[in-house]
Amino acid sequence: MTTPDPIYKTDALIAENIDQYLETHQHKTMLRFITCGSVDDGKSTLIGRLLYDSKMIFEDQLATLEADSKRSGTQGEEIDFALLVDGLAAEREQGITIDVAYRFFATEKRKFIVADTPGHEQYTRNMVTGASTADLAVILIDARKGILTQTRRHSYLVKLLGIRHVVLAVNKMDLVDYDQATFNQIVADYREFADTIGIEDFTAIPISGFKGDNITGASENTPWYEGTALLPHLETVSVEDSLEQAEPFRMPVQWVNRPNLDFRGFSGLIASGTVRPGDEIRVLPSGKTSTIDKIVTFDGDRDMAVAGESVTLTLTDEIDCSRGQVIVAAKSPLEVADQFESTLVWMDEQELVPGRAYWMKIGSQTVSATVQEPKYEVNVNTQEHLASKTLDLNAIGIANITTDREIPFASYDESHDLGGFILIDKISNQTVAAGMLHFSLRRAQNVHWQATDLGRDHHASMKHQKAAVLWLTGLSGSGKSTIANIVEQKLARMNRHTFLLDGDNVRHGLNKDLGFTEADRVENIRRVGEVAKLMTDAGLIVITAFISPYRSEREMVRSMMQPGEFVEVFVDTPLEVAESRDVKGLYAKARAGELKNFTGIDSPYEHPESPDMRIDTTAMTPEEAAEAIIARLIP
Amino acid sequence: MANKTLTHLQRLEAESIHIMREVVAETENPVMLYSVGKDSAVMLHLAKKAFYPSPPPFPLLHVDTTWKFQEMYKLRDKAAKEAGMELLVYQNPEAQERGINPFDHGSLHTDMWKTEGLKQALDKYGFDAAFGGARRDEEKARAKERVFSFRSANHRWDPKNQRAELWNIYNARKAKGESVRVFPISNWTELDIWQYIHLEGIEIVPLYMSAMRPTVVRDGLTIMVDDDRFPLNGEEPVMRSVRFRTLGCYPLTGAVESEATTLPEIIQEMLLTTTSERQGRAIDHDQAASMEKKKQEGYF
Repeated sequence: MTTPDPIYKTDALIAENIDQYLETHQHKTMLRFITCGSVDDGKSTLIGRLLYDSKMIFEDQLATLEADSKRSGTQGEEIDFALLVDGLAAEREQGITIDVAYRFFATEKRKFIVADTPGHEQYTRNMVTGASTADLAVILIDARKGILTQTRRHSYLVKLLGIRHVVLAVNKMDLVDYDQATFNQIVADYREFADTIGIEDFTAIPISGFKGDNITGASENTPWYEGTALLPHLETVSVEDSLEQAEPFRMPVQWVNRPNLDFRGFSGLIASGTVRPGDEIRVLPSGKTSTIDKIVTFDGDRDMAVAGESVTLTLTDEIDCSRGQVIVAAKSPLEVADQFESTLVWMDEQELVPGRAYWMKIGSQTVSATVQEPKYEVNVNTQEHLASKTLDLNAIGIANITTDREIPFASYDESHDLGGFILIDKISNQTVAAGMLHFSLRRAQNVHWQATDLGRDHHASMKHQKAAVLWLTGLSGSGKSTIANIVEQKLARMNRHTFLLDGDNVRHGLNKDLGFTEADRVENIRRVGEVAKLMTDAGLIVITAFISPYRSEREMVRSMMQPGEFVEVFVDTPLEVAESRDVKGLYAKARAGELKNFTGIDSPYEHPESPDMRIDTTAMTPEEAAEAIIARLIP
Repeated sequence: MANKTLTHLQRLEAESIHIMREVVAETENPVMLYSVGKDSAVMLHLAKKAFYPSPPPFPLLHVDTTWKFQEMYKLRDKAAKEAGMELLVYQNPEAQERGINPFDHGSLHTDMWKTEGLKQALDKYGFDAAFGGARRDEEKARAKERVFSFRSANHRWDPKNQRAELWNIYNARKAKGESVRVFPISNWTELDIWQYIHLEGIEIVPLYMSAMRPTVVRDGLTIMVDDDRFPLNGEEPVMRSVRFRTLGCYPLTGAVESEATTLPEIIQEMLLTTTSERQGRAIDHDQAASMEKKKQEGYF
């Protein structure tokens, strides 16, 4: 077995003058990159080679590697570098998520963080994750095969995530006899494709990860290639600090620092630009202005801070500013809006439900957001636009998104920090999507909230009552409407002003365009919620009787109301009991297959986990249930 | 306009601070696990920077096995005091009672004192977020661990159910009873840690520097006889010039022979050395592919 010498040796300087070495290495910059390709393209071999050549592999690891190479390597008597990083087979056996692995190496000039993700289509979400923090992408091509479907997919994702630098690494050149014409043809083909998806510039390098050609230095086998080798290219490509710093100043506020009454600082990671004491700033979305007093750090006050630094700022005025707001240069503020067009990459097993409210985290702010039905889905292999009503795992689509309040933002093209976001499921807390904002929709900018002189409190106090929503949820036939009816009668006798919204009734008017699919049910509840909200503004006690089968939507309605105003009443009737009652004959139809999407039969009912009230209809009469509900409302 | 190019250490520092602030803003009751090693030292230093001029708004927690080096206990108390932070020390009462020790109980020692002790401590104080100093470069199983790593109410880690982490946006939402382990120095390497300690003048346990110390050699590991609980089987401790690359329970931690007495010399030695850092830890020799398993059970 032959062990090649690592080419990047720093031993001499380390041994002779460690202080000088440390001095040099403290001024290294950092580059994050992603490798796109599959094991077949020699991706693991390439990464293993980079780790080896930059001396990141130790003797004990090398011994293991040599033993493994003999046992299960594919390179005969040579060291199989792929085994260093390739845990994928083992991961599959163990049933562990095939994932993003981060590897580290450093040369004289730079520290590198490599995001290593699997290349197959079912791992699109992993690649998107790895690409989100990358400054550069290495797209691997097998010289024998040329541009494949996966090359197009990877390139599209690289462009989508806005990675600025692209390296086209034409690998396995040793297997095509280092043929220049083969290389040129692949580069020409790629250029043609790159133009169609908007990748303007890329650097093509002929390499062999296995043999080490053009990895750390120019290879004798490719005298016709005049460019730099891969590692020197990675070491010298611009990390663009200067570009980021030339942008206007923006800093999302992460945390308000208040050690005592005399100090109030705003902590955050600067997203773009530079800041100095004396700079005029504006806080968004409130729009209030002030001036930077100090830039406070553990190492003393600073006279300047730049994009990429975590700092604490103090202002000359006492103005409101809290987590989630963005401090920006006063003269070039960000746009503020609540409706956007965006690209979404769906990352969850559970598909997108248009109209459902998700948490949206963007910068340091978290807001409630709903996604409309996608305008179209993008075929990730061919970039064709497809019609779609939802987005499944790994699907990419363009959709409008609405937030429950105005947020400061930038388009993702302008700023990854202020235009990139994630969506979080409100029940499972999983990160279900990554998104990129395109632009705000005009409509949002032109319709302003009209403040009225007589407020909701006034309306309620005129009626001598507190507004409330009694939200009855339960299976069809559970007794919701019957109980709701009695509740309303009793309240009327007590001179309370009420309104009963019944599920069947609103479907005759307000919601007659909606069916019973998951998306339509979500929209049904959203509209009912909005109507109930208007009625509470008018000071009414609203009683609703809707199956409302999904927790998310019930929570969405709760969040529309004032705290304490929404009372979730779970009318708990076992399915067998409801089915045996079958007042409207619907269960029979559903069982016969004549009625689709029937709750409890072929559509789920998500029980409230902690309802404000639970009514057990097998133990109470409707009359007793109504009494109990009123006792809860008016103690 | 004057431009400034950020170095890799400045980038890493800013990222770690960002992560710590997110945790404080989004969780209810965070704590920092403090093991007194070099990674903990860097993590604590970063916490001081993240919240300055406030002291870090969470306590330090040392899950003690009672078998750490004496010098570690000394620095632990001093560092907490200097940071103005509360120090919580937790020792598993069951392990205490049963007299679990590294000489007689093998891997049970780590299970009871560290893994179980940690779970008990987190439950006792009701912490919903715990900072840990693990780095992704330490070994293969860590390379794909998230910065925010969620645990069920009974502290299990489900590797099949990790959340995607995009850009610098972290999703810290969790159900009641669930908790999150957060690794703010995930992207630092061993070299980065040493360089940062050197650059920032961070105090570390003197055991990292070479000195004449009483040692015996067992199963290929050079072990320091740190107190009189060490059962000598007819062995005579020998004074050797040694230092430690990692620190844990003294009977489980292998020393390396070295003449390096200053930080630059340590870094020099580390760069010229040819064996990986974790080789000195008995725990990893125990079961080759055991890290994944240990992590699922709740080991950090």
